Amino acid sequence: MIEIKNISKWYGQFQVLADCSTEINKGEVVVVCGPSGSGKSTLIKCVNGLEPFQQGDVMVNGISVGDAKTNLPKLRSHVGMVFQHFELFPHMTITDNLVIGQTKVLGRTHDEAMERGLKLLDRVGLKSQAAKFPGQLSGGQQQRVAIARALAMDPICMLFDEPTSALDPEMINEVLDVMVELATEGMTMMVVTHEMGFARKVAHRVIFMDQGRIVEDATKDDFFGTPRSERAQLFLSKILSH
Amino acid sequence: MMLNLDFAFLTPAVLSGYVVKGFIFSIQLTLIAMLGGIIIGTLLALMRLSGKPWLVMPAAAYVNTMRSIPLVMVILWFFLLIPLVTGRPLGAEMSAMITFTLFEAAYYSEIMRAGIQSIPRGQVAAGYAIGMTYSQTMRIVVLPQAFRNMLPVLLTQTIILFQDTSLVYAIGAYDMLKGFEIVGKNFNRPVETYLVAAALYFIISFSLSTLVKRLQARISIIR
Repeated sequence: MIEIKNISKWYGQFQVLADCSTEINKGEVVVVCGPSGSGKSTLIKCVNGLEPFQQGDVMVNGISVGDAKTNLPKLRSHVGMVFQHFELFPHMTITDNLVIGQTKVLGRTHDEAMERGLKLLDRVGLKSQAAKFPGQLSGGQQQRVAIARALAMDPICMLFDEPTSALDPEMINEVLDVMVELATEGMTMMVVTHEMGFARKVAHRVIFMDQGRIVEDATKDDFFGTPRSERAQLFLSKILSH
Repeated sequence: MMLNLDFAFLTPAVLSGYVVKGFIFSIQLTLIAMLGGIIIGTLLALMRLSGKPWLVMPAAAYVNTMRSIPLVMVILWFFLLIPLVTGRPLGAEMSAMITFTLFEAAYYSEIMRAGIQSIPRGQVAAGYAIGMTYSQTMRIVVLPQAFRNMLPVLLTQTIILFQDTSLVYAIGAYDMLKGFEIVGKNFNRPVETYLVAAALYFIISFSLSTLVKRLQARISIIR
C-alpha cells in the first residue's frame, strides 16, 4: 500500500532524512517512534507529499508521490492525515469541518456528506457537538473530530502525526481508543507516536528512527523483545522505565 | 472676535441641490475602491507570499511604488496621463475610481499579507491533506480566517480611504467636499460650509469606527 523507497531530504546543508526505506502493507499498523528531531514527522509528511524530498520516491497504492506529474490533491484525498495540533478549521462548525472536504474535493452532495459526517461523528462519540465550533471542544474531542474528518473522505490508509502529543494526559486515551478501534477494523495505519502501549496493543511493526535514519524496522514482538540496535534499546529503556 | 456664523442658508433644498450628488459620489468612490482594492490587494498579497520570484518581484515593486507616492500625485498623474496614452480623456469621476482602486490595493495588500501570515501553516497543511488544491485551500481555509483577523484593520483603512476621497478636488471631480465648496462660494459663506463639511466627515467616520468595533465582536472566531 505504501512503499517508501530510499528517500533522502535536506534542509539546506542539514540532512533530515537519510536513505529511508520501508513498506506498509494493506491492513498493517506500523508505529514510527524515535527521539525528537529524528525525522519521523518529516517522514510521514513525505508519504502524502506535504513535505517534498530530494531523493528516492514514495509510492501510495502504486502512484508516485515524487513524480511532478502526479495529481497530489487527488492522491491526498484518499490518504487520511491526523495532525499533532488537530488543525480543524476554526471558522467552521464541527459539521462543516466534516462536510467541506467531501463536497469540495470528492464532489458529494451536501446531504450525502452530512449523513456520512454525522455517522462518523457519532462513531467517535461526539454527535452532540455537531453544531459547535472547534474552539468550544476540548483537545481530545477536537482530535476525535479530526479523525472523523479524515475518515469522511473514505481513505485507503491513515497517517497519524503524533496525534496525542499535544493532549492533556487524561484526554490521550479517548483518542487512542478511537485509533485502536480503527486498527482492529483493518485500517492501514502509519502512526508516529511515543505511545508504546498503543504500539504493543495494535501495531504489527515498529520502526525506530534516529538522526534521519530508519535504525530498526521490526515486528512488534521483536522490537519490544530484543531490539537489535543499542540506540533503540536506550530509547525504550528511557520511555518504558516509568 | 465674533465669527458671525449663520447657517440659515443651508436649507434642505440647497443641500440636496449641491451636496447630495457629491455625497453619493464620495460613498460610491469609497465602496468601489474598497471592494476593488481588497480584491486586487488580496491577489497582490498572494503573489508576494507565493515564493516565486516572477510573482513576488512585480507585486513588491507595485506595492512599494504606490506606497511611496502621495495619493494626490497619483490622482493627478493618472488623470493627465491616460488621455496621452489612450488618446481620449477619461472623466474625472471614472479616473478617480480607477486611481483609488489601484492605490488602495497597495495598502489593502499589506493588510492581507499580514492576515494570511497570521494563519498557522498547519491550517494550510490540513487543507492540502484532505485533498484541496492551492486555490481551494486559500479560498476555503486561509482567506476567510485572514479576513476575520484583519477586519478591524481593513475597515480602518476604509475609513481613511473615505476621508482621502476629498483629494479628488485635484482633478475637479464632484465629491461631497466639492458640493460644500460650491455652496460656500454661491452664498459667500465658506467658513460655515467647510465647518458643516468637517462635521459630516466626522460623523460618518466616527460612526463607521463604532460599527467596526461592534462587527468585530460579532464575527470573531471562537477560540
